[in-house]
Amino acid sequence: MSISRNSYGILFESLCRGMTMLAFFVLVLILGKIFLNGYQIVTWEFLSMAPREGMTEGGIFPAIFGTIAVTFLMLIMVLPLGVGAAIYLVEYAGDGRAARIIRAAVNNLAGVPSIVFGLFGVGFFVLFLGRNIDAALGQGLIFGQPAMLWASATLAVLTLPVIIVTTEEALRAVPLSHREAAYALGATRWQVIQGVVLPQARAGILTGAILSVSRGAGETAPILFTGAAYFLPRLPVAEIPWLGIPMINPLDQFMELAYHIFIMATQSTNPTETLPIQYGTTLVLVALTFLLNLTAITLRFFFRREAAGR
Amino acid sequence: MESITSPKNQISPAPETSPQTSIPAMVSPPGPLGERRTGKLRRRRRRTLTETLAELFFKVNGYIAIALLGLIFIFLFKEGVKSLMEISPGEFLGHWALDFDDNRIFKYLWQPVGDEPRLSFVPLLTGSFIVALPATLIASVVGIFSGIYLAELAAPRVREVLKPVVEFLAGIPSVVIGFLCLTTVATLLQTVTGSHFRLNALVAAVGVSIVVVPIITSLTEEAIRAVPDDLREAAYGLGATRWEVIYKVLLPAGVSGISASIILGMGRALGETMIVLMAAGNAGLVTLNPLSSVRTMTATIAGELGAAAEGSLEYHVLFLVGAALFTITFFLNLTAETVIGRMRKKLRQ
Repeated sequence: MSISRNSYGILFESLCRGMTMLAFFVLVLILGKIFLNGYQIVTWEFLSMAPREGMTEGGIFPAIFGTIAVTFLMLIMVLPLGVGAAIYLVEYAGDGRAARIIRAAVNNLAGVPSIVFGLFGVGFFVLFLGRNIDAALGQGLIFGQPAMLWASATLAVLTLPVIIVTTEEALRAVPLSHREAAYALGATRWQVIQGVVLPQARAGILTGAILSVSRGAGETAPILFTGAAYFLPRLPVAEIPWLGIPMINPLDQFMELAYHIFIMATQSTNPTETLPIQYGTTLVLVALTFLLNLTAITLRFFFRREAAGR
Repeated sequence: MESITSPKNQISPAPETSPQTSIPAMVSPPGPLGERRTGKLRRRRRRTLTETLAELFFKVNGYIAIALLGLIFIFLFKEGVKSLMEISPGEFLGHWALDFDDNRIFKYLWQPVGDEPRLSFVPLLTGSFIVALPATLIASVVGIFSGIYLAELAAPRVREVLKPVVEFLAGIPSVVIGFLCLTTVATLLQTVTGSHFRLNALVAAVGVSIVVVPIITSLTEEAIRAVPDDLREAAYGLGATRWEVIYKVLLPAGVSGISASIILGMGRALGETMIVLMAAGNAGLVTLNPLSSVRTMTATIAGELGAAAEGSLEYHVLFLVGAALFTITFFLNLTAETVIGRMRKKLRQ
């Protein structure tokens, strides 16, 4: 009897170990395949030049620029919103009915398919908000068309749960005793949040911000119809009127790394000829998201250890 | 009489004794000058104003999450419902057609462009499930076993290394997995299975499972860890082996969490867009054969909305497909969320 008991156990445990190793090897295979096929093409020219000869040669600089610009705009929109919502959940709402409903909504939002966000972006941001702003301004079609502004707004909705959940964790890690000490000294709730809670939660909030950027940079479906462009001869940059300082033009369309991969792999005239470019673009995107995730995980490791030590 | 109506007189003549003073004695120490008192009062008012504004601001932010979910629902259905007014609901099932022998047969076709658009949802639904079911199956096998390993078997140091692996896997953009499916996995699977279609549901399912594994792994791990140590120790005390503890104690105790993770994974698999768009082949066939090329709901929207004229029938129908997809994943998420919420509540007790 003890033999069969043991053999079941050994079989089961090796199955568990094997499946974990499988996940590990899949990750290594993916990263290895992309690196081996892509590292030769990723040169300084590839990173700093625009596509040439009908996208069969040249680099991907506009796509890198577009990715950074759109996630930057996204972060500006989503960070105050997400951090504010998390503060409300942790510092004001507690475990009440409102908090439970908001948490359920946030978790559900996290599970909404990315293409649904794309549809929502078209239906709400471009056609409803944009067209109504245009109608109010009476200057013709300015806002009511796909643009970086709407793409980043769509991505902001998509990454909102990431920010809320990580900020909530960071706020919860601040010991209650610190809050109570501040209250005992006569501080108001806002003073406690501003002077005690937020400074201690900074690392955690930063983790959430990095994770959301990584998530936003990798998404393709939400930007398909809200602003990404196949090819643009110019960067989405405009001068601020009267000042002459160049800045990101949120009303322009943009090229983006993830979208570039999709387009080059499926819609271009000769996908096999441009395969090296596709692998190079993939390597750049994966390296970007990998580094962002690595930073976030490392940061969280230290902030969790610090929180545990407090 | 005058001292009651005029606040200035109320405070200045006899501050210590006036019972009508509007300032609570605790926060305003008695001072000789009325002026300083009103200054304090003003500052206090400003402080409560900041408090109220701050709370309002945070509250609004909190409720925006609910509002967004509602707006997604409204704006998907608002456009989608318009298609119901343009064609009869029966068209979404299929249409009668004459075959060569003049028999009327019922056809399930998705051909949204043309003089007579055919808008059957059946191929899209079967397509979505023929990808999502195998993907969830593969991901469940890998995810549950690796979740148990991370929660119960791995040494703490090994876990520190392997847990980020799961997160990195979750962090790979889906377009990258789709690209690798298209270039590598498809060729590999075609040589193994000898299938007619190079891009088929199985290729997409393998890709989608990579996205689903992290969800199932991390939630299974959480479910197993949530089982109280008392139960483990009691079982070990009765002479159970590690395998018996897992099989007879931990798995039954964690079954609700694990099933929730599978439901959540299923929702994610149904909603995955880029991988299926690139790897499933996108032929609108009604089939249960995973080696056939299929077209999912997500890929249909992603592939066709760009070409559909705004306000056209196809445009509205695509929003209706999105609304259907949103409804399905909404209920899957809600179910999983309820189960997980119950599990966490139990854990806290």
